[in-house]
Amino acid sequence: MRSINWALAVLVAGGLAALPAFAQQPPSALGPQSRFVVVLDAAHGGDDPGARLGSGQPEKALTLVLSVKLRSLLAARGIQVVTTRESDATVDSNNRAETANHAAAQACLILHASESGSGVHLFASSLAPAPPTHFGAWKTAQAGSVTRSLALAGALNSALQRSGIQVTLGRTALPTMDSMTCPAVALEIAPERDGQKLVAGLDNAGYQTRLVRALADALLEWRSEAH
Amino acid sequence: MALGGSLTVIPRYQKYLFVLLLVGSLIMAIVLWNLRERAHQRLVAGEDSAPTQAPEVAPSEQATLVVANDSDSSLLTQVRSLPLPEDPGSRARAVLGKLLDLYAAPDATHPVPGGAASVAQVFLLPAPQLGVVPPSSSHPAAPDPHFRDPRFADPVAKTSATPPQPSGSQLAVVNLTGSFVSSHPSGIETETLTVLSICATLHANLPNVTQVRFLVDGEPHPTLAGHADLTRTYLASDAVSQ
Repeated sequence: MRSINWALAVLVAGGLAALPAFAQQPPSALGPQSRFVVVLDAAHGGDDPGARLGSGQPEKALTLVLSVKLRSLLAARGIQVVTTRESDATVDSNNRAETANHAAAQACLILHASESGSGVHLFASSLAPAPPTHFGAWKTAQAGSVTRSLALAGALNSALQRSGIQVTLGRTALPTMDSMTCPAVALEIAPERDGQKLVAGLDNAGYQTRLVRALADALLEWRSEAH
Repeated sequence: MALGGSLTVIPRYQKYLFVLLLVGSLIMAIVLWNLRERAHQRLVAGEDSAPTQAPEVAPSEQATLVVANDSDSSLLTQVRSLPLPEDPGSRARAVLGKLLDLYAAPDATHPVPGGAASVAQVFLLPAPQLGVVPPSSSHPAAPDPHFRDPRFADPVAKTSATPPQPSGSQLAVVNLTGSFVSSHPSGIETETLTVLSICATLHANLPNVTQVRFLVDGEPHPTLAGHADLTRTYLASDAVSQ
């Protein structure tokens, strides 16, 4: 009985001694502040096929392919990636935003595809910028990060243009993006065109690789700017 | 009189009575026929089939349409001459109908099927005050629909220097048909351009319209075709300034 009491006392004393050390640890060693996390949201999936693309495949399939390729490339470069789906699964827009917000990511890319237009359309949230708050409204959670989202869109724009990909910048009201607290940009990837002439379709492997590499370069640049 | 059987003899007075009744019935039938004809003539004569009001043709006026162009993701202003009704709600519907007719044309710069019938109604209501912070205009983006939903307006934004809505501001509620939404091409770019061009066209023709909301078949609808949020209140002035 006495030995049990001694053991308890040692445990309690040890725990009390460890508390100050735990509290004095810099926040970077505890939480996600030191991590650089990227969230990739392959739009649509499952019951929601998205747009029907020129090659006949649904938008959900192409966004998943691009998400997997980009995830592999980022992981190879030492960047932690969280994806909202890894298969042809139905994921609610709120669940996608929840995944991104729980990851406390430094960049969130929402991948869409369309046959309309040329190159890549980059969209930031159309919410008016507001100071970040701990308890923001769900549907306007992005308002606190709009300024950083615009900066992220600028980094993506530069990298894509360096790769010779035409970019159109815009702002839109996308429910998933507006509920994210991370710097978020929605990409709508269109075929590569020279005027009306099709240069590379969405299913062109070379175009996909060039695109994914440009995005990875942009995120590396974004990481160096963030740290 | 009876010769091996019985013979019934009709009395003479009954014969006269029968003939008299027959003649009376005929006379009454003729009189009734004449009365019916006279009554019909009176009815026809009392009905005024002449037009009481000349058919009203609204005079043609200049209407400004903000037309989307998919090739360069732009919104271009076009001025068209249209017969526009006096009633603001009908006027808004007529203008949007013309805009969607352009989109349904074979050579449309922003092809969307449906046409004028896609706008079921446009309701104009007094605009609620929103907690709006003027957006920064430094981003070189083309379309820029800033909005605030009064139900989810950010409390910080409300306390900042928010310009009040001008007096007489109106909220336009555009009720789209389900067939328009189901046939709209899917994509962020194309859906955003449709929403922006509707907002900008409304504001250009009815300057009091500062906010726009959307319904589909009279019900709130999450997105236009899977992307552009239709549950928000859009600020029309920001859309038209692009």
